[in-house]
This record gives sequence, structure tokens and C-alpha cells, in this order.
Amino acid sequence: MAFVDKSALGDADFRLSEATAADFVALLKPRVMSLVVFTAFVGLAVAPAGMNPFLALVSIVAIAVGAGASGALNMWYDADIDAVMTRTASRPVPAGRVTPREALAFGLVLSGLSVMTLGLVANWLAAAMLAFTIFFYAVVYTMWLKRSTPQNIVIGGAAGAFPPMIGWTAVTGSIGLESVVLFLIIFLWTPPHFWALALFKSGDYERAGVPMMPNVAGDASTRRQIFVYSLLLAASGVLPWALGHASAFYGVGAALLGIGFVHYAWRVLAQDPADAGMKPAKALFGYSLLYLFAIFTFVLVDHLAMRMIG
Amino acid sequence: MAKEPEQEFVTMTPQQKKARRSRSLALALALAAFVIVMYFVTFVKMDPSILNRAM
Repeated sequence: MAFVDKSALGDADFRLSEATAADFVALLKPRVMSLVVFTAFVGLAVAPAGMNPFLALVSIVAIAVGAGASGALNMWYDADIDAVMTRTASRPVPAGRVTPREALAFGLVLSGLSVMTLGLVANWLAAAMLAFTIFFYAVVYTMWLKRSTPQNIVIGGAAGAFPPMIGWTAVTGSIGLESVVLFLIIFLWTPPHFWALALFKSGDYERAGVPMMPNVAGDASTRRQIFVYSLLLAASGVLPWALGHASAFYGVGAALLGIGFVHYAWRVLAQDPADAGMKPAKALFGYSLLYLFAIFTFVLVDHLAMRMIG
Repeated sequence: MAKEPEQEFVTMTPQQKKARRSRSLALALALAAFVIVMYFVTFVKMDPSILNRAM
């Protein structure tokens, strides 16, 4: 039996929640969180200072929860367009398992807790950067850019690129060139990754009225832009070696990964416009996930090896 | 005199009860974990020299 104060609720809201804990976990976008955890860990591990391992672990959890909170705020605001896209229709809010008000409260509370925790555990510059990242993703990207410009994921990509910088800052209390390069790699990776997805999911975005590049500028222009960004990404991948932050071992690995990326982007550029299967775009999307994981693994392994050698 | 708000009791369905139990358990575990984490963070952050005060 449950006590209900009807005066506090409109009749339209008069229902008891059937949301389980798993639905609230889904609001945090766990797959995106796993990428945030990994890149933040790499930023934290390669920073030129030490940090107590327990505080480092709590810092990474705080960064991950902050990223998850921004995901919950995104799902609160975007429930209308998520409902008409096959990829997102089963999310907790459009599926009706979690009310928009629950998602908003969950996102706001976790945002506050994660920023406060990172500030207390690490430092307030890192906490301010986490707060800015949440604001950037939830307000600048979700509320403003996503529905108004095909450059939405280019600018909004900055939100996904901040975690390694925050990890670095959590240790050092400052912003270093090395961490800016890690930011740049994710920032330049975002457009070809999401535009490859948009090429074979353009119908979804069209129905939802989201102005993704293929819907606005057309497939041919999107494929050209993917190729240009892939060249820039391949170049930024070798920057840690070029700037003397990483060894030649890393440089060769990053160059090979970059050549692979450009190869897949070239296949997208050269694909037959009549190819409805969009195999090259799907292959690039898959490779882009592998690329990001591999290049950050290289950064980490190279750094640990250099530290062990001396 | 202010009017008393209208109140009533509703009977929850088994699914609603199960969902509430799931949420309550997760919230309890999350709060307990947060308290324990903050307890140990305090220990790690605390400068041991504060115990060496002159009598």
C-alpha cells in the first residue's frame, strides 16, 4: 500500500513508478561511461605526478558518474526525438518506464554529487572542468546545437573529449599540453565516428528532425568531410610522439592506426552512392571504436614502459 | 481555515512493489557506498601531522 498526496500532483502525473534500478542505470548510458572511464584513467595515469590509488579510483568514478548524469539530462530533454528513432526508442524515458521528471531529478542530483566529490577528493579545477563538461553536453549540445545545426556533433564532441583532460587535472591541478593533445584526438575522432553512423541511420535522424550532416548537406558532402577529419585525426594521433611526449614505438603504432582510419574513410568516400547497405560506413564506424580504444591503450602502455625504463 | 489536502491510499500492483524494492535497495547500497568511500577519503586526505600537536 502506498500513501499518495494528490494535491501535490496533477491528475496526468498520478501514477506510481514502475522504474527499476536497472532503468536508472540505463539513464547513465553505461557504454558511453565505459569509454569515459577508460580515457579518464589514461589521462590520470600519464599525468606527471603521483596520486593516492584510492583517491585516483574515486576520482575516476566521480568523472564517470558526472558523465552519466549528463547522459540522464540528455535523455530527459531528448525523450521526444528518442521516441521516434529505432536506436533510442527503448530508452527508459521514451519507453515510459521512467518519467521525465524522475530523469531530470536523477541527472541533477548526480551532477551535483559528482562535481562535489571530485572537488573534495582531487581539486576544484578538475571539479570545475567536470561541471563545465556536464553543462556543455546537457545545455550547449543537447538543448541548443543538436536540433539547430549539422555542426552539432563537431562542437558537441568537446564534451566527450574532456574526460582525459579532467583525469590529468585531477592529478596535477593544472592543464598541460599533453592532456590538450588527448582532448584533440577525441575531438577530431567524433565527427567521422558519428557521421559514419549518421550515413547508415539517416532515416532515423530524418524522422526525428535532427539536422545531422547527411540530412542537411547530403551523403556526398558528408563522405568528403569524414575523409578530411580522418586525415586530421591521423595527424593528431602522432602528435604525442612529435611533441616528445611519447616514444617512437608509440609513433609507429599511432601512424599505423591512423593509416587504417584513413583507409576506411577512403572506402566511405569512394563507395557507390547506390549502395544502400552502406557497408563501408558501417566498417568505418566499427573501426573508429577500435581506433580510439587502441590509441589510448598505446598512450598508456608507452607511458608505463617509458616510466619502467627510466 | 486552510483546507486539508485530499489524500488517499492506493494498492500497488506486484510489479510496482517489485520496482520500488529494486529502487530502494539500489539507493540504500549507493548511499552506504558513498558514506564508506567518504570515510576512507577523509583518512587518506587527512594530514597525519595533525596528530603530532604539542601537549
